[in-house]
Amino acid sequence: MALLEITGLSKAFGGLRAINGLDIYVDEGEVVSVIGPNGAGKTTFFNLVTGMETPDEGSIVFDGQELVGLRPNQILQLGMARTFQNVRLFPAMTVLENVMVGQHARTRAGLLGAIFKTPSQRREEREIEERSKEVLSFFGTRLAGYRHDQLSMVLSYANRRRLEIARAMATSPRLLLLDEPTAGMNPRETIELTELIGRLRSERAYTIVLIEHDMQVVRNVSDRVVVLDHGVKLTEGSYDEISTNENVIEAYLGRPAEMGA
Amino acid sequence: MTEAATVDARPARRATRITPVSIFLWALRIAALAIILYGSYLSISSGRLTASQWRDLFVFGISTGSVYALIALGYTMVYGVLRFINFAHGEVFMVGAMMAFYVANALAATTLWTSSPVISLLIVLVAAMATSTSVAVIVERIAYRPLRGAPRLIPLITSIGASFTIQYLVRGLVGPSTKAFPRVESLRGTTEIFGLVILKSQVVVIAAALVMMTGLYLFVEKTRTGKSMRAVAEDPETAALMGIDVDRTIVKVFAVGGAMAGVAGALWGLVFPSLNFFSGFLPGIKAFTAAVLGGIGNIVGAMLGGVSLGIFESVGPSLVLAGYEIPAFSQLKDVVAYAALVLVLIFRPTGILGERLAEERT
Amino acid sequence: MSQVVDAPVPVEVELRPAARLDMRRAVRLGLSGGVAMVLVCAIGMVAAFQPRMLIDPILPMGTFFLYLLPLIFGWTASQPPPTLEGFEPAKTGARNILAGALAGVLGGLCVGLLLIVITTWDLRGVFINLSPQLAEIISFGLPVAAAIPVIALVAGVVGALGGAIHLLSPRPRRATMSALAWVLVFSLFTDIFGQLFDALSLDFVIDFLYTGRGGALTIAGALVLFAVFFAFYWWLGGRESTLRQRVQAMPAGRRSRWQIGAAVIILVILYFVPRIMGPFVSQILVTAGIYLLMALGLNIVVGYAGLLDLGYVAFFAVGAYSTAILTSPQSPAFSPEISVLASIPFVMIAAAIAGILVATPVIRMRGDYLAIVTLGFGEIARILLNSEWLAPYFGGAQGITNIPDLQIGPITFSTPQDYFYPVFLFVVLAAYITYAVQNSRWGRAWMAMREDESVAEAMGINIVTAKLSAFVVGAILASFGGTLFASQIGSVFPHTFDIVVSITVLVIIIVGGMGSVPGVVLGAIVLIVLPNLLREFSEYQFLFYGVLLIVMMLKRPEGFIPSRRRAQELHAEELSQDAWLEIYGEKGLEEKVPEGTT
Repeated sequence: MALLEITGLSKAFGGLRAINGLDIYVDEGEVVSVIGPNGAGKTTFFNLVTGMETPDEGSIVFDGQELVGLRPNQILQLGMARTFQNVRLFPAMTVLENVMVGQHARTRAGLLGAIFKTPSQRREEREIEERSKEVLSFFGTRLAGYRHDQLSMVLSYANRRRLEIARAMATSPRLLLLDEPTAGMNPRETIELTELIGRLRSERAYTIVLIEHDMQVVRNVSDRVVVLDHGVKLTEGSYDEISTNENVIEAYLGRPAEMGA
Repeated sequence: MTEAATVDARPARRATRITPVSIFLWALRIAALAIILYGSYLSISSGRLTASQWRDLFVFGISTGSVYALIALGYTMVYGVLRFINFAHGEVFMVGAMMAFYVANALAATTLWTSSPVISLLIVLVAAMATSTSVAVIVERIAYRPLRGAPRLIPLITSIGASFTIQYLVRGLVGPSTKAFPRVESLRGTTEIFGLVILKSQVVVIAAALVMMTGLYLFVEKTRTGKSMRAVAEDPETAALMGIDVDRTIVKVFAVGGAMAGVAGALWGLVFPSLNFFSGFLPGIKAFTAAVLGGIGNIVGAMLGGVSLGIFESVGPSLVLAGYEIPAFSQLKDVVAYAALVLVLIFRPTGILGERLAEERT
Repeated sequence: MSQVVDAPVPVEVELRPAARLDMRRAVRLGLSGGVAMVLVCAIGMVAAFQPRMLIDPILPMGTFFLYLLPLIFGWTASQPPPTLEGFEPAKTGARNILAGALAGVLGGLCVGLLLIVITTWDLRGVFINLSPQLAEIISFGLPVAAAIPVIALVAGVVGALGGAIHLLSPRPRRATMSALAWVLVFSLFTDIFGQLFDALSLDFVIDFLYTGRGGALTIAGALVLFAVFFAFYWWLGGRESTLRQRVQAMPAGRRSRWQIGAAVIILVILYFVPRIMGPFVSQILVTAGIYLLMALGLNIVVGYAGLLDLGYVAFFAVGAYSTAILTSPQSPAFSPEISVLASIPFVMIAAAIAGILVATPVIRMRGDYLAIVTLGFGEIARILLNSEWLAPYFGGAQGITNIPDLQIGPITFSTPQDYFYPVFLFVVLAAYITYAVQNSRWGRAWMAMREDESVAEAMGINIVTAKLSAFVVGAILASFGGTLFASQIGSVFPHTFDIVVSITVLVIIIVGGMGSVPGVVLGAIVLIVLPNLLREFSEYQFLFYGVLLIVMMLKRPEGFIPSRRRAQELHAEELSQDAWLEIYGEKGLEEKVPEGTT
């Protein structure tokens, strides 16, 4: 049984069918890249899976549990967290707080606990902080030390992307959905992030689905590549398989020369 | 694991989980509907009001509703281009009504008022329009323009400030006393249109509002300026790239909205001859309700919404509240208006015609 | 480029001269200032303030407020342009004074124009305040032809003074401005200082400073006050470190002893405040405290959770009416006549229910619609309380009277002086809750929701619970205010719970600084205490609020005492610092940033 099992998923905006009868599965421990030209429905696919939009048809089963109809917070609770294409942090909160928010669903203290400073609340608060720092330490010196108390809005672009991944990691997910994690990064940062994705799997054992445009990243990290176009699955397979698939080249890659880069 | 793709395809379904919140909202919806229907049944079956009285209420509703519609245009147009609720728009209306009152009062002392009422009313109208337009444009310049691109609630809070400022400036300038619009002799009494006996003043109000709204509709749909307004409403950045001066267009939107509010102010005097510095608040709220009811951002919707709200407000208390034999139900007239506001925003925030621009823009 | 990377400090390049002060801006500001001056005259403020002397016999309050405007506009008009990177800092000099004077003169000429209008036509039929008395005041009693140059001159001089402020170096500037501010405070709030010196048996100070009890400052008194405060602030400005820095530099043990000591001293002073100040000032403080309590509650709803509630007064009404019904023998339908203290748990329950009832329908609503719907709820509540229909339960327009005093054990609180203490206690409680919640799981959830609701939900926050809990906490704090209000006043009437209360509370948190407790305290003092102390001012209170809302949103949306995070939002230069670090990083240098750079 696959970890994530999507069958017959469809979503239309007005007349536009963004996703049309999509079947996708993701196995435990896999890194799956979703690629496709702009407007292929990749981000909509993420929005549907995480419950931020409701599908018109189809079912999404995660670890044996139907997700359609659940609110995003309930879906996260089940062990799935995402990042956003256009980096959506909580800008007026500090780096550490952003990550601490990620643990909201994994903790239980209530308002009264905070007001009366009960021992269990204080212990939990300490644990949240420690765990957040531990998650941030995954990024080396990038988000360490004095940066904990900086507002996330003052971070550089690449650091914001890292922080978003950290926030998703803090939710203790089994499945991470990364929406164009290297978009807007320079080549050096892209290489660093590619390594990071590898470490996410090897050190933290996350299953990962990522949307990516950078073919080098796709080749380096993915076990399997799914190609979307106009809301339907064009093909899937290993990177080498899809890179030679004529349909894919026609729909998306256009110039095979780019592939070899 | 490729066989995973062949796992039984579950029947496509559109599951929505039932949450306490949705239960609450459904209960509220049903309760509101039941209260309205049962109250209407009770009061109609009691036969307290005759058919002609109901008709009078209805016509009165249409005439106040057309005033709301005129004010609502300002809300809806500003919301269309800037995506914020111009809370001070009710005060723009009030200032126009004030000016109408003073000009009418001055004219009433001359012979022009009785000899040629049409000309004097036109003078009043123009004066009110000019005043409201200027106030709307000044407020835009001082309070809103520097806030382009600020988070949504910031201009809303500023407009609350502008609303208070205008109210209390007017109070300081002309005093807190309630003013009475002078009577227009030739508009007293009733007239018969299509077999209906209607107060002449109401005829004037409805006709004037219709003319203004038609004019505005044609202006927005047909003229160059109107097109640029629609373009800015659709997408300001692209409009700017296409060579439209966004700031000037926004000023024009405020000016047109202000002019409509000024007309509404002048007409208000004919329907409700009492006015003070606070008179803009409630009509403002109601007009906003009308704008939402019609689908905010939608000009035709604002007209429809205004008239429906006017009718609802005029007929509602006698129809629903009187049915339950509530003592002094006219005290609760404004509750009906606010309840309409709350119910519309909760259950139909996209309005009758739906928001023309469904997409959220930040 | 390599040079840039090697040196942490950007390369030294020749700085270009700064832009010169824009005189057209001065003209524009002068005319705006003139319009403002004319309006201040026309709404009757000048004439209403005139009978009150600030400094006897040279400075009446009306004239002072009128010419405060050219000072402010002159100061703004002569403000040096900001220093841009690559440019020299702007030079200050005669041009600043000139700009200020220009703005002032233009303002004065506008007033001169008004004078001509008033003396030529009688416009009192429309503008009720354009009276001959006003003409008398603004013309300084001179004939029109002579008055206009005098007005322009005075305004010009005041404007020039405003410009001259920029010429002072920081230390004398701070000392002068602070000393002037204190002179103003002493002249405005003569009652308070009268009470204070009276209680301290320092009658001779009153006799020297003032023309009598509740009178104006004498010239000598004003000069001495100025000198004393100038000297004090001059000394303050000369110290190397502030008291706060020194306290922070202390070892932990000593620091906490210091802090406890300071807290004790403050509490002792507060204990004596109502006794010294008498019933009038105590009443104002109690009112301000109740507003402060509401403001702290609304701060959680708006400042933390980002839900703009314009019907907040409804929760205040719930508190007041619940207490009234439960305690008063006059309660029409149901009157268990329990004590005020015993009513508090029930009040909390009622407020929580009200909070849930208001919040549930608006959970999925956009921010601006939420504001309008809550406003609608607030108004519905007021109209229903006022209606004859529900009069058998709530007393209608007659309200509910005979609410007993608060009684805790053997102590009965009856006078305003007595009420100061419980109000203070509740304010401290609310402030504590605000702090405690801020750095907690739900506090973070609220802030995340404020920042981006859909992302917050995608990060596992239950939006329904978060919104309901914010509303409930806010409602309970406001209902405490209602309880205290009802038992202190002894009666409740529906007209008290007007929309202006909601707006006032909103103005308090916006002026003070959303999310910041000291800011909210300052906001309550400025917006409630000051207008109530200055009786002449109460007429213009709401105008003042409106103008303040606009000005704050335009110039200082983070408030006067912003919370730590909002202050940080302004430090955009850290972004560029980050950009530098990225460049270093790319070149293979590690980020070597010492701790505490921020």
